[in-house]
Amino acid sequence: MSKQPLTLTLNGEPVETWVWPHQTLLEVLRDELGASEVKYGCGEGACGTCTVLLDGESVNACTVFAVQVFGREISTVKGLMGEDEVLHPLQRHFIENDASQCGFCTAGMLLTAVELVRDRPAASREEIRRGLSGNLCRCTGYTKILDAVEAYASELRAGEPRRNEP
Amino acid sequence: MTTLPPDVRLPAEANRVVGRSLSHRDFLEKVKGSLAYADDWWMPGMLYGRIVRAQVPSARITSIDVAEASALPGVRAILTAKDVPQNQIREEPSGLGIDPVPMPVLAADRVRYHGEPIALVAADRPEIAEEAAERIIVEYEDLPGVFDAERALDEQAPKVHDLGNRVVEWRFERGDVEEALRTAFVVVEDVYRTQHVDHAYLEPEAGVGWIDERGVLTLRVSTQVIEHVRDIAEILRVPQSRVRIIGTYMGGGFGGKEDMTVEAHLALLVWKTKRPVKMVWSRQESLLARSKRHPFVMRYRTGAAADGELVAQDVRILGDAGAYPMLSSRVLFAGGVVACGPYRIANERVESIAVFTNNVPTSAFRGFGAMQVTFGYESQMDQVAEALGLSREEIRERNFVRQGDPLPTDEPLSTYVAVGETMRAALDALGPRAKGAGPVGRRVGRGFGCNIQPYGRSVFFADRASCWMGFERDGSLIVRIGVTDLGGGQAASLAQIAGEVLGVDPARVSVYIADTALTPLAGGTFATRQLYMSGNAVLQTAQELRDRLVPIARDLLDVADGHELVFGDERVGVQGDDARFLTLSELVRAAENSGVMPTHLGTFHAETGEFDPRTGKGRTFPDYTYGTHAAEVEVDLETGVVEVTRYIACHDVGRAINPSRVEGQIQGGAVQGIGYALTEQIASEEGLVGSSLFADYLIPASTSVPDVRPIVLEIGPGKGPFGARGIGEPPIGPPAAAIANAIADAVGVRITELPITPEHVLRALQASSPVGEEAPRHKHAATS
Repeated sequence: MSKQPLTLTLNGEPVETWVWPHQTLLEVLRDELGASEVKYGCGEGACGTCTVLLDGESVNACTVFAVQVFGREISTVKGLMGEDEVLHPLQRHFIENDASQCGFCTAGMLLTAVELVRDRPAASREEIRRGLSGNLCRCTGYTKILDAVEAYASELRAGEPRRNEP
Repeated sequence: MTTLPPDVRLPAEANRVVGRSLSHRDFLEKVKGSLAYADDWWMPGMLYGRIVRAQVPSARITSIDVAEASALPGVRAILTAKDVPQNQIREEPSGLGIDPVPMPVLAADRVRYHGEPIALVAADRPEIAEEAAERIIVEYEDLPGVFDAERALDEQAPKVHDLGNRVVEWRFERGDVEEALRTAFVVVEDVYRTQHVDHAYLEPEAGVGWIDERGVLTLRVSTQVIEHVRDIAEILRVPQSRVRIIGTYMGGGFGGKEDMTVEAHLALLVWKTKRPVKMVWSRQESLLARSKRHPFVMRYRTGAAADGELVAQDVRILGDAGAYPMLSSRVLFAGGVVACGPYRIANERVESIAVFTNNVPTSAFRGFGAMQVTFGYESQMDQVAEALGLSREEIRERNFVRQGDPLPTDEPLSTYVAVGETMRAALDALGPRAKGAGPVGRRVGRGFGCNIQPYGRSVFFADRASCWMGFERDGSLIVRIGVTDLGGGQAASLAQIAGEVLGVDPARVSVYIADTALTPLAGGTFATRQLYMSGNAVLQTAQELRDRLVPIARDLLDVADGHELVFGDERVGVQGDDARFLTLSELVRAAENSGVMPTHLGTFHAETGEFDPRTGKGRTFPDYTYGTHAAEVEVDLETGVVEVTRYIACHDVGRAINPSRVEGQIQGGAVQGIGYALTEQIASEEGLVGSSLFADYLIPASTSVPDVRPIVLEIGPGKGPFGARGIGEPPIGPPAAAIANAIADAVGVRITELPITPEHVLRALQASSPVGEEAPRHKHAATS
C-alpha cells in the first residue's frame, strides 16, 4: 500500500497532494489541505458536521475516501464567500438571526442549506426542516436556523424571480 | 455580600447597549469557518495521543504487555499507571469537607467501568497511535460488579470502592412530614426513573499541548474550566505556575467539559515526550467513556388538603454516580435543594443519595440534578390535581412559592418569584385547544411543567471572579477575564456590559478570555454562573474604572459634583448639555498625563453563607431562575410514537442582556430537554455500554422537534448585572414533565420512566383500560 497522487479543485483553486488509500476526504481536507473549517463530528456519517459540496452536492466528508474525489470539485464554507471575504447572503442571515451558537455545526449547515435553496428555491419552512435533518445542531434547537434559511430563500425569491417554480 | 450600586439599574430606554441583540466578532468567525477550535491547531513535530481503555466494567488488571506496541515504528511513548507521578485526581466533592475518593488518571490494578483509561500512546500519526493502542495487551481477572443503583445500596452488593458504595447523603427537612401525610386529604405516591444521557456536543473533546520557551507546560484545550491547571500540576508534581491552560472557543460543553477530559492525559504525554501532542477523542470514545447525566430514581409522596393546598412532600432521590465521585455530591445537593419544586409546602423532607456503581461515571450536565427532579415534582403536581379534581393551573397557582418563602433547607427565597407569570404567559401563548376530532389514530394532548433552577455556585464555595480592563489611547477598550466561552456568547455579553458602563461601542471592545497565564481567573463556565459572576466582575470593574476617570472629566469639563456625567457614544458629557463633552480618547490621554492609569483590576465576590450538612440547614445558592414550558403532543395509538407538535418555553430572566441570545439559550435548552424526554439514552447491559455509535444515540434532528417559541419575561430582578438572572441551565428542566403531562392528557396514561419511547407508551396503553373509558390514573390516592 502506498500513497497516491490526488488532484482536485478546492474552493475554485486546483490543489495537489498525496494520500493513503484509506484516508477519508475529511482527514485529507483537514490534515493535508489545511481546510480546518471542515469539522469532525462523528466519523460515521450521522451528524453532518463535516458536510462539503462535492461537484455541488452535499456529502459527509467522513464517508468518502479521498481517492474517490480525483479530479472533482470540493466546496467548503470558505467557498461561499466572495472576494475579500464578502459574506454569502445566507451567512449574513445566520448572523442576523443568531442561528449560530457554538458554531461547530454551522459550516456544514450553511452548505446543506445553500444546496437546498439552490435546488428548491420555493421550499416551505417544513421542506427546509426536512432538508436540514441530516445536519445535527446541539445548541440552537433549530428554530433560528430555520428562520435564517427561510429569510434567505425569501430574499432570493424577491430579488431573483424564477419562472419554473414548483 | 456585594450589592450593585443603585445607579447601574438604568431604565431600559436609557441603555445604549445592554438589552440589544448585538452580534459579536466570534459569530462572524463562526459563519466564515475561520474560528480555530481545539482540534484546528497544528504544531511542527506534533505527535498524536491516544488512550487505551478498559473493555470490561469490573476487573483486576493482571498484566499489561506493551512490547509489541512499543516496537511499532513511529511510536514515541507508551505510559501506564506507574509512569504517572501522582496517579490520582482528588476533587473535594461537596465543598463541605467530605473526604474524597480519589480517581486514578490511569487505572493501576483495578478497572471500575467500561472505558476507564489504562494506558496512553503518543505516535507520529493518528493511525499509528491507534494501531499501537490495539496492540497493547491488557489481561483481566473479572470481578463481580454492581450496575444498578438500588442494588448498590445492598450491604451484600459488590463494593466499587473499599469504603463502600455510598458517595454522599443529603437530608433536608422542615416540619413533620409523616404526620402531615397521615392527615392529608389525598396522598399521591409514585416513582420516577431517568436514564444515562450524553452531552453530545458536536465538538468532541480535543486539545494540543506543548512545552513553551519558559519550560511551562501549555495546553490549548476545549474546556469549561481553565483552573484545572492545579489538578494537572498535582498529577505531574510541578508548581502550579509551571502549567498553563488556554481555553478555546468550545463547540458546545453543557457540563461535559467541566471535569477534565483530555487534559491530564495530554499533559502526561507532553511531559514525557517533550514534544507537542494533539489528542482528540473519537465520537465513539466520547459516548463510551466520558461522564454522563446521573440517572435518578425518585420516590415522591405528596399530600394535599381538599382545597388543593399542598401540606407535605417526601422525596427520596437515588443517583447513580458510576465508578468515581466526580461532581456527584454537588449534583445530588442541587437536586435535593429544589426537589419540591417552586411550591410552598409546610412539611418537606428530601433525602438525596448518590451511590457508586460499575457504570460510567456521572457528573455535571446542564441542569445539574435540578432538572431530573422537575420530571418528578411536575408529574406529581398533575397527579395531585387529578386526584382532587382541580385544574392543573389551579393546583399550581394555589401553591407557588413567593419571595421570602423557605426552601427545604429553611432558607428564604431572596428575590421576586415570577413562576406564576411564566405559567400564564406560556399557557396564553399555547392558546385555546383546537376543536374537532384531530388526526385519525392519534390523540392530541397538552401539558406543561414549571421549574426552579439555581444559578451560581453554592454560596459556601465563596465564589469570585476577577477582571482586568484598560482603555487604549483611542478610547477603545481591552477586557481580560479568565472565563471560557461555551458558544453561548459569554465573551460577547461581557463586551456589552463593559460598553454600557463606559460608553464604548462593543465593536471597539476586545475581550480576551480563558488563559490562566494572561487573564485574571474568573472561575469556569458552569452552574449558570458566568453571567452572574463574570458579568458582575466586568460591571464592577467598569464602574470602578469609570469612578477613577470621573474626577478628571469633571475637572476638564468644569462640572461641579452635583451635575451628572454621562458615558456614551465614545464620549463623556454633561447631562442635558450636548455641547459639553470629551471624547473617551481625550479623557484617556488627559488621565495618563495627570498620572491616573486608565486601567483597573477588579474582583467580584459572590454572596457567601454557611451550610451545615448535619442539620441540612443553611444557605445554598445565590438565587434561582423560574420558568414554564407548555407542549402539545400527538400520540399514535397504534405505534406509541409521540410527536411534539407545539412548544412554548417561557422564563423570567430579570433582565435580558442580549435578548436574541437569551431566546437561543431557551430554544436550545428546550430541545435538549425534548431529546432527554423522548429519545436519548446511553444503554448498557451489566456495565457494558451498547450505544457508542452516534447513529444509535438519538439527539433531536430538525425534523424531530417543532419550532420552539421562546417567551422572555423581565419581571423579577435577579442578582446578575443589571438585574439579570442566569439562563444557561434553566430551559432544560421542564420538557420531560411537560411532555409526560401532555401524554397523560392525550391518552390517560402516566409515564414515569425516561426516555418515553414508543415501547413505553404502548406498554402503558396496553396496561391501562381502553382509551376513552374513565379509569383512575394515579397509583395511590388515599382519602382521609
